[in-house]
Amino acid sequence: MSAQLAQYLLSGLTVGAIYALVALGFAIIYNASHVINFAQGEFVMIGGMATVSLGNAGLPLLLAIPVAVLAAAAVGLALEKFAVEPARGASVVTLIIITIGASILLRGLATLVWDKNLHSLQPFSGDQPIALAGATILPQSLWVLGVTLAIVLLLGWFFSRTLTGKAMLATSHNPLAAQLCGINTRFVLLLSFGLSAALGAIAGILIAPITLTSWDVGVMLGLKGFAAAILGGLGSGAGAVVGGLVLGIVESLGAGYLSSAYKDAIAFVIILAVLFFMPSGLFGKKSAERV
Amino acid sequence: MRYKLLASLAAALLAAGAAIAQEPIRIGAFLAVTGGAAFLGDPEQKTLELYVEKLNAAGGVLGRKLQLVSYDSAGDAEKARTFVKRLIEQDKVDVIVGGSTTGETMAVVPLVEAAGMPFISLAGAVVVTEPVKKWVFKTPHTDRMACERVFLDMRARDIQKIGLISGDGGFDKSMRVQCLAVAPTYRIQIVADESYGGGNTDMTAQLTKIKNTAGVQAVLNAGFGQGPAIVTKNYRQLAIGVPLYQSHGVASKAFIKLAGDAAEGVRLPAAALLVADTLPDSDRQKKVVLGFKREYEARYKSDVSTFGGHAWDGLMLVVEAMKKARSTDKAKVRDALESIRDFVGIDGVFNMSPNDHMGLDLTYFRMIEVKKGNWVPVQ
Repeated sequence: MSAQLAQYLLSGLTVGAIYALVALGFAIIYNASHVINFAQGEFVMIGGMATVSLGNAGLPLLLAIPVAVLAAAAVGLALEKFAVEPARGASVVTLIIITIGASILLRGLATLVWDKNLHSLQPFSGDQPIALAGATILPQSLWVLGVTLAIVLLLGWFFSRTLTGKAMLATSHNPLAAQLCGINTRFVLLLSFGLSAALGAIAGILIAPITLTSWDVGVMLGLKGFAAAILGGLGSGAGAVVGGLVLGIVESLGAGYLSSAYKDAIAFVIILAVLFFMPSGLFGKKSAERV
Repeated sequence: MRYKLLASLAAALLAAGAAIAQEPIRIGAFLAVTGGAAFLGDPEQKTLELYVEKLNAAGGVLGRKLQLVSYDSAGDAEKARTFVKRLIEQDKVDVIVGGSTTGETMAVVPLVEAAGMPFISLAGAVVVTEPVKKWVFKTPHTDRMACERVFLDMRARDIQKIGLISGDGGFDKSMRVQCLAVAPTYRIQIVADESYGGGNTDMTAQLTKIKNTAGVQAVLNAGFGQGPAIVTKNYRQLAIGVPLYQSHGVASKAFIKLAGDAAEGVRLPAAALLVADTLPDSDRQKKVVLGFKREYEARYKSDVSTFGGHAWDGLMLVVEAMKKARSTDKAKVRDALESIRDFVGIDGVFNMSPNDHMGLDLTYFRMIEVKKGNWVPVQ
């Protein structure tokens, strides 16, 4: 394998893992409520920025990270409680627009709480590049890939082995039936938002040492995570992960072999292509509506 | 009763007369104090505030105090336009110094031209003053000069083939075009030409392409802000052994802070300010540059950057023009600005003319290198 190709693949995998985490967040919330939460990207931003400011305030990294993740989860819970739950009976489009409004609000709050400047986070274990198959990878990239794998495995275990996880799955299949079985669907919705926010925050913290963070990183990351979720099939967890990795790799290869100027366009071209040719994505179930 | 009325009328008239005489000279500014270009606009804002204060403490200009009316455009061209409209129509300023970035500057050029407002831009691209616009001046060295200065240093190191990587901002694009245009004159061959989007956070793909292009002896990054910081970090990660050059758009400690250890050995063209302590006594700029450095650092307890220097030059040129014209009438100030010769500023020695609203040449544009987190001059 040529060194160039190896480099593109490694870079693509790293950023793909971040897209995968964001896409998982979309998938979890979509499963619980059929709402596409466009504020997902802001959780990524909150994770990174909170860790930076906690670090500046003197907290060691090991403490700052969990506190930041909890803070983001709290924001996710607040979003569900105050923005989504009151509008429970409204149409899906209304709920989506509410989340778009929430994302704008969160960005504005971010500039007040923090500032509008770029910030860097120190890498977890140094920044000496590691040579691999003729390419180089940062230790931070290994953290990204490792933590994403761990999270995917953890979530798999959570959804298939724990009662709460199974309750969430049941709610996604059929909310009415789940309610009839005694599952508190409102609690499931709350939990899904908190969980997605935590996932987004972890993604933001992992990637901040590589890409710098600021108040508006959430916009692009959110949209690309959404593209990855669509590619994998909205609602499918495995699809979200595969979609994220594929998107990251395709982006990297496209920038390397086609045109570097249009790198950002690749994600959006993918959304269009999927919606035209394969609306249910790679792993999504083909749905039919009874008219 | 009538005397009281007359007396109060007279007092009011006197006060009004006094007020008119004390009417401050309004200096308008729009700077990217926050946002992606914050390390340009923040020192510019601080410099303008500090020196308006100092000038006022020394008695003002033409017997009047200066008043700074400044807005934060956050590097956004749309916001810049809105603020300049406000400066012209509502705040009724006498002159505008600002436009931290090329994009913002070019967006407001039509407004200042239509309003007949003298405007000194703090942006880099050559397009700001070429072709010459009647009311627009600028202080920083142009991007073309940055290319030329870098190419001169490359020739001195026997570098012939280089890779070019640039962003998609106004300055980036302009500098890329300028470098491509002047490269043949310096017998430099640009064998790789990559670009990245403004918000891109990973340039390893583009840099890998450059790394694998045969014969590349150095890489030049045309840009400022977040892009060059990430390019520099990626550059070290990919262990591309050849020298990395940046533009004067990164001439600030904030760049070194963001890029970290990766910035070691990076070379860039910059004005004398960053290496003020190493200037020989015979250097014409030494007094002005050292004075600014000491005053800025004493007040703000943080390192100077060349962007503060651009703002100082802009403000002092305006003051000089007003003194020369002995008025704040916009047309007279504009004419005076155009006639400024041999003005020792921080970016260099300015010689304005009707054909040249920038006033600098390569003479005072120096090559510096990052060593151990600090700037050192390149001999």
